[in-house]
Amino acid sequence: MANGIHGTSGTNGREVLEPAPGREAIGQGGGPAPVKVTALGLFLVFSRIGLTSFGGGLSGWFLREFVHDRQWLSEDEFLNGLALSQALPGVNIKNLAIWIGYRLLGWRGALAGFCGIIFPPAIVIVLLGAFFSAIAYLPLTHIALAGAAAGAIGLSAAMAITAARRLPRRLFSYFMLIATFAAVALFRASLVWTVLIAGALSVGYEYVRSPRQQ
Amino acid sequence: MNTSVRRGSNNDSRATLNKAHHVSRNLIALFSVFAPLSIVTVGGGQGIIAEVQRQVVDVHHWMTHAQFLSDFAIARLAPGPGSLLATLIGWQVGGFGGALVATLALFGPTAFLMCGVVHVWNRHEGARWLNALQAGLRPVATGLILAAVYVLMKQLDGGWIAWLTAAIATLLVMATRINALVLIAGGAGSFVVLHFAGLL
Repeated sequence: MANGIHGTSGTNGREVLEPAPGREAIGQGGGPAPVKVTALGLFLVFSRIGLTSFGGGLSGWFLREFVHDRQWLSEDEFLNGLALSQALPGVNIKNLAIWIGYRLLGWRGALAGFCGIIFPPAIVIVLLGAFFSAIAYLPLTHIALAGAAAGAIGLSAAMAITAARRLPRRLFSYFMLIATFAAVALFRASLVWTVLIAGALSVGYEYVRSPRQQ
Repeated sequence: MNTSVRRGSNNDSRATLNKAHHVSRNLIALFSVFAPLSIVTVGGGQGIIAEVQRQVVDVHHWMTHAQFLSDFAIARLAPGPGSLLATLIGWQVGGFGGALVATLALFGPTAFLMCGVVHVWNRHEGARWLNALQAGLRPVATGLILAAVYVLMKQLDGGWIAWLTAAIATLLVMATRINALVLIAGGAGSFVVLHFAGLL
């Protein structure tokens, strides 16, 4: 992928998006007309995704919205942003929103992405919480929420199993997986220290290992 | 009468002061719970659930296990990022201010980090350290999600029925393209039905 960022980074006043690098090869004739992206527009798009995506899978919605429907980003650009968002600390969907926003509109876009993906759903969750605590006196509420939690745990468990199956097939990776699990689940060790130590060991191992591969 | 009024207002202002002190202490505690977690969150934010539960229930006694599980379910039920669980907890602990502090503490610090990294990303794409970062963090993130599942399962009300429900839900997610909302509503519905059948 070409350096696509130089076009948009730091140019806060710019409203018109340059064609994404991936599309330059297609040429101007067949490609879509240059899109006008505004901070408010970005905020609204992110808000809409945040408010309509139930049960996670937000990155899938981002892909559909920004790459397939609006064609503001090429698929390559998007996937690179996705990988980076997952590797860096922080909730990855928030990272991805910042990444897309920054890519399209610089700092203002990043701010619009962050606010759009966080604040409207945050208001909804508080309203939902208020609703459930208002009906908390009903014994059925407790039972229903326990059942909902059992279903929700299924989502997490499936994600854990999928992630475990996609790990590199190496003894060390599995060892790090089990060590992290044991530290946090069984010994209730501090998460900050667990991630710092296990993360440093694991990343260090991968770093040392990588040139031997080539 | 005048004096009694004055004394009353004095007590009131002292009570307000105490309350304000209590609120600000809670806000600081909320911030100190979620800001460090912000930095160690990798992946979808499910990894920090076990630690949030430990801090909120065991350390600060802000809520019971059952309340925490309810919040967890609501967070998964609601649209948007699942880690908005922090917002919900913050709101219950400290009202509007609590919700704002918890949300910004969990999402804010790494937002700046992300902005900075976007700057340099292109020049280092495919770099050795970046690949190592991605490959190295994956097993850790997976272990954290597994730990969250384990901790939540242990506290689930409903005994073996709850375990069975969670196992079935897991299988459904893995084998089908079931909508998450349907899955969670189905869990709630089946518990209600089982309750009326006398099993729960």
